[in-house]
Amino acid sequence: MTRFLFKRLLQLFMTLIGISILSWIIITQAPGSPIALTMDPKVSPKIIEQMEKNYDLDKPIYQQYFLWLKKLLTGKLYSFKDGRPVLEKIGERIWNTLLLNLVATLIIFSLAIPLGVFSARRPYSFLDNLGTFGAYLGLSIPGFWLAYLVILATVKLFGYPVLGLRSFVIEGLSPPEIVLDRIWHLMLPASIMAIHGIAGLSRYTRSSMLEVIRQDYIRTAKSKGLPEEIVYYKHALRNALLPIITLFGFLIPGLIGGSIIMESVFAWPGIGRLAYQAVLARDYPVVMTILTISAVLTLIGNFIADLLYGVADPRIRYQ
Amino acid sequence: MKGNGTTSQIRLVWKYFKRNRLAVGGLTILIAIFFVAGTAPLLAPYDPGKTEVSLKLKPPSLKHFLGTDQLGRDVFSRMLYGSRISLSVGFVAVGISIFIGILVGAIAGYYGRWVDSLLMRLVDVMFCFPTFFLILTVVALLGPSIFNIMVVIGLTSWMGTARFVRAEFLSLRERDFVQAAKALGVNDRRIIFRHILPNALAPVFVSATLDVATAILVEAGLSFLGFGVQPPAPSWGNILTEGRTYIFDAWWLTVFPGLAILLTVLSFNLVGEGLRDSLDPRLRGRR
Repeated sequence: MTRFLFKRLLQLFMTLIGISILSWIIITQAPGSPIALTMDPKVSPKIIEQMEKNYDLDKPIYQQYFLWLKKLLTGKLYSFKDGRPVLEKIGERIWNTLLLNLVATLIIFSLAIPLGVFSARRPYSFLDNLGTFGAYLGLSIPGFWLAYLVILATVKLFGYPVLGLRSFVIEGLSPPEIVLDRIWHLMLPASIMAIHGIAGLSRYTRSSMLEVIRQDYIRTAKSKGLPEEIVYYKHALRNALLPIITLFGFLIPGLIGGSIIMESVFAWPGIGRLAYQAVLARDYPVVMTILTISAVLTLIGNFIADLLYGVADPRIRYQ
Repeated sequence: MKGNGTTSQIRLVWKYFKRNRLAVGGLTILIAIFFVAGTAPLLAPYDPGKTEVSLKLKPPSLKHFLGTDQLGRDVFSRMLYGSRISLSVGFVAVGISIFIGILVGAIAGYYGRWVDSLLMRLVDVMFCFPTFFLILTVVALLGPSIFNIMVVIGLTSWMGTARFVRAEFLSLRERDFVQAAKALGVNDRRIIFRHILPNALAPVFVSATLDVATAILVEAGLSFLGFGVQPPAPSWGNILTEGRTYIFDAWWLTVFPGLAILLTVLSFNLVGEGLRDSLDPRLRGRR
């Protein structure tokens, strides 16, 4: 186990270096990058000065990379737009995004797993086929389109605002009403963000369950007269859900990608919307920091998932 | 039995594929969409770029099946032409990603050792980035042209293909026919592309089909954020995006392009899953 851990940590470290090099290459070496902008006479000297401050353009190229890395790690990168430290700007908004994604993840797991088990109990029945079709529909629907239809419907039917963290006019509302208002504003984007995940995870649970219920120990459990509910939800589901642990790390990039679009649709003040505004404003330090941070988070998520998998499934012995 | 191995293989796959009614439905819709894209200039009742301000934002009618937009252009004609753009973004992007994926996967799997470790670390690194955000960033850097969008989607989505092509190569390279070819002195390039690759292609077809669906969704998402195929060229994504300003007055501008995207992506997904079930002998007996 120690040897495995050591090897994995070494791999993790190498991947981290890879991530930082790739991020740096994208931002400094791609055509149309900020460096190319410094050659443009239309760009004001003030921006060029900031660019040089951020990227140490007067230094040799390998030194530029290390200086950029040092600034990223010590929080010394500054936004092009307002000159504030990038990490501070991200810190203000990250909680909103985490809240939204946490709720979306909870919705995904609490709906997808029962749906998947239900489908696996009667494979190829009418309801299972309906579920299959529904899952494909959920995977294929453009999220922002659905969001617009839902906004159109709720505003027309209920005449109640849906955008932002809360409604603008909250004077005269009692505290419980304010809480309800917040929940309402949270649930709508979270549910739409969850649809993709519910569709994917319920199919995953279903096929994983179908593998497990073919095994001998399930037949034994059934034949000794255990109620079907217990066989499915206790004996089978435990083994069927094991591989899902490894999916956990991969949830992060999908959720961040989804946040960009959903937070823009619902005017949700999180890092997804910050990232999009930064892309629009060509505020590269902010864009690259968010990109790098999310890659690192994904890497750490995968690492933890690997370790958890080893703990949860004693059959896996890391060599 | 007459016919060579390949045709009987295709016949076998078709036999299992057509049992899956959802997949056959998807295939039918796809053929219809391809037909429409191919014959758009013949089918379109109006010039997709012709503006007629007196006719702006008219609801669907017999003259304009899907209504008109804010400049009085015929939405039906624009959607027909848009199918060409959306499909070509999907196919070219996936063509690029499949090409890179096969190359990386084949080299990593065939040579193994440090070549494999190096290339697989690169795959790990690429997998860590949130793909949509990465695509958005690079397209914004390069400027949103249809060419850039295809290339960037292709360059950022080859990792899955590379992984399973590598896995296939790892097991195939130990097989006797490969050893025999090596013993005969066949060079590496020929062994990789002529001897091993044809045996490793089945999963590539499946993932290519599913990836076209994803690429179409990504283009729509980019359009939504203003970095997709740029107007006045009509793509389903940008018709929808231009229409959302008028969502409370002209629902047809939002609803129809969205439905077209949904239907196309759904069909690619259904066909892809159907292919997966019928290409893999282990999954064939399931229904």
